Amino acid sequence: MQALSRPAWARERNEKRFAAGREALRLYFPVVPFFIFAIAFLIAPAAVILGGAFLSRGGDFTFANFVRLGAPKIRSAYRVTIELSASTAAIGCAAGFLIAWQLENGRLPPWCKKAAVSFSGVASNFAGVPLAFAFIATLGRTGIVTRFLQSAFSRDLYDSGFSLYSFRGLVLAYLYFQIPLMIMVILPAIESVKKEWREAAKSLSVSSLDYWFGVLLPILAPPIAASFLLLFGNAFGAYATAYALTGGMLNLVTIVIGSQIRGDVLHDPNLGYALAAGMVFIMAATSFLSISLSRRFSRWTQ
Amino acid sequence: MMQNKDSMRQSHDKGPKLSAVVVLTIAAFFFALPLISVFIFSLHGSKGGPGFSAYARILKDSRFISSFGFSMANALGAALIGFGITLPAAMHTRLRLKRLKPLIETITNLPFTVPAIVLAFGLIRLYSTPPFLFTPSPLLLTAGSAVICLPYVYRAVDAGLAPLPLAAWFEAGQSMGASATEVFFSVVLPNIKTALISAASLVFAVVMGELTLAVMLAWPAFGPYMALVGRDLAYEPAALAVLSFAMTWVSVAVFHATGSRNEKKRRT
Repeated sequence: MQALSRPAWARERNEKRFAAGREALRLYFPVVPFFIFAIAFLIAPAAVILGGAFLSRGGDFTFANFVRLGAPKIRSAYRVTIELSASTAAIGCAAGFLIAWQLENGRLPPWCKKAAVSFSGVASNFAGVPLAFAFIATLGRTGIVTRFLQSAFSRDLYDSGFSLYSFRGLVLAYLYFQIPLMIMVILPAIESVKKEWREAAKSLSVSSLDYWFGVLLPILAPPIAASFLLLFGNAFGAYATAYALTGGMLNLVTIVIGSQIRGDVLHDPNLGYALAAGMVFIMAATSFLSISLSRRFSRWTQ
Repeated sequence: MMQNKDSMRQSHDKGPKLSAVVVLTIAAFFFALPLISVFIFSLHGSKGGPGFSAYARILKDSRFISSFGFSMANALGAALIGFGITLPAAMHTRLRLKRLKPLIETITNLPFTVPAIVLAFGLIRLYSTPPFLFTPSPLLLTAGSAVICLPYVYRAVDAGLAPLPLAAWFEAGQSMGASATEVFFSVVLPNIKTALISAASLVFAVVMGELTLAVMLAWPAFGPYMALVGRDLAYEPAALAVLSFAMTWVSVAVFHATGSRNEKKRRT
């Protein structure tokens, strides 16, 4: 009744609003599937884990789950995972930088760089079960290299304390994808080092040591640090290689989360959420730092 | 040879640096050794001398065929989901909703901070009880796989769209009486074909080897099958690794070949 008695301008305004609504619907319609999918299968699952980490068993808000991450088994899982990620990232960064530097500045024939770059693109995707198999065939108990060392030098790797199925073996396997990843991400930064800087340093009779530590490394430090963090996160979240190589024996955070999913080994679902949430916090911190560091470097190359 | 050496001595600056040769040789050794070893190892599976019988046994294994097919279907589904959600979003943020681009880019980078194992954890918690009981459906695995691939798919699609004059195309299409859908299928799609092939090949490489989600959601995919073979047998895993490397090699090579062609197109 009221609508009928409304003045014409009000009806017009309503129609306009309706048209605006339809217009908004048309404006947002193409991005709706993206957001629905992202919320349903990425944001909501992450939110369930993060939210659960702050709830007690009774459903009250609490920080107690994070305090209980200090339990010896969990603390050691974080320690081993951080050690593994940090050492493979550090070695991967150093070796990858060295290789990338020589590819760019070693006066090698052009095919070398081309071949190395395409190999790196492939090898940085090699993580997982097949990589574990390749290393078992190489350095496992009956691996080709292990047997070769036995027969040629009568040296038994496993008697001298090495085991592929341990921390050190895992480091070696991780390097197979960490070094190529470093080559891929650091090469653009190395390519952007201008030849003029070197010449300028030479003409000012700056020693090559001073050039490296006074000019190059300060400029390249942010991208190297950014790559280190990227490699760290890459190793930190890895599950398949460790699972296939050590059969879930090594106490890594991802492995503990895996057994928590399968059978609540921590006997506390909320502690499991906190374990996973801790992982997300560390990964988020490393990738945030990594992005801001590489932004800082991009100023130099503009 | 003598001439070569002479010319090298004369133009000392042109020859490769010794340090470069040493570094690259050591690197080549480290990266070639596991590949060579796994290949030699895989040949040991035959009785009486090296041969390919480990490969034959793998290829004849019915679980190999079924898990391979399962993962292929999963990869196809993940690629379709990826294209289905990123293509309209990427196009629309270029045409009209530019302010949403940073948000969409941030979301597509999220899978880097949520490891697959945590994603699996969340998906299981969320979708294993009514009203959202999705865990009995393989589509949940496909959705999860699409999430893992989201960063690669979005970047490839967005890079493919970057050089295209989308606004002009849609305007021209409209003035000629074609609907936006018609313009999309007859003009836009053919122009981003290489970008889509590039993205699809990476999705294929990632999803075929994916283990974490498939194990946790308990599906007989190719990754869990490989892990199972590794636990039970000796030479077959090596053969599987060789096959899987070859597969990754081909799909990543396709990714880079199509990707670099795209880059060139963008530059000109």
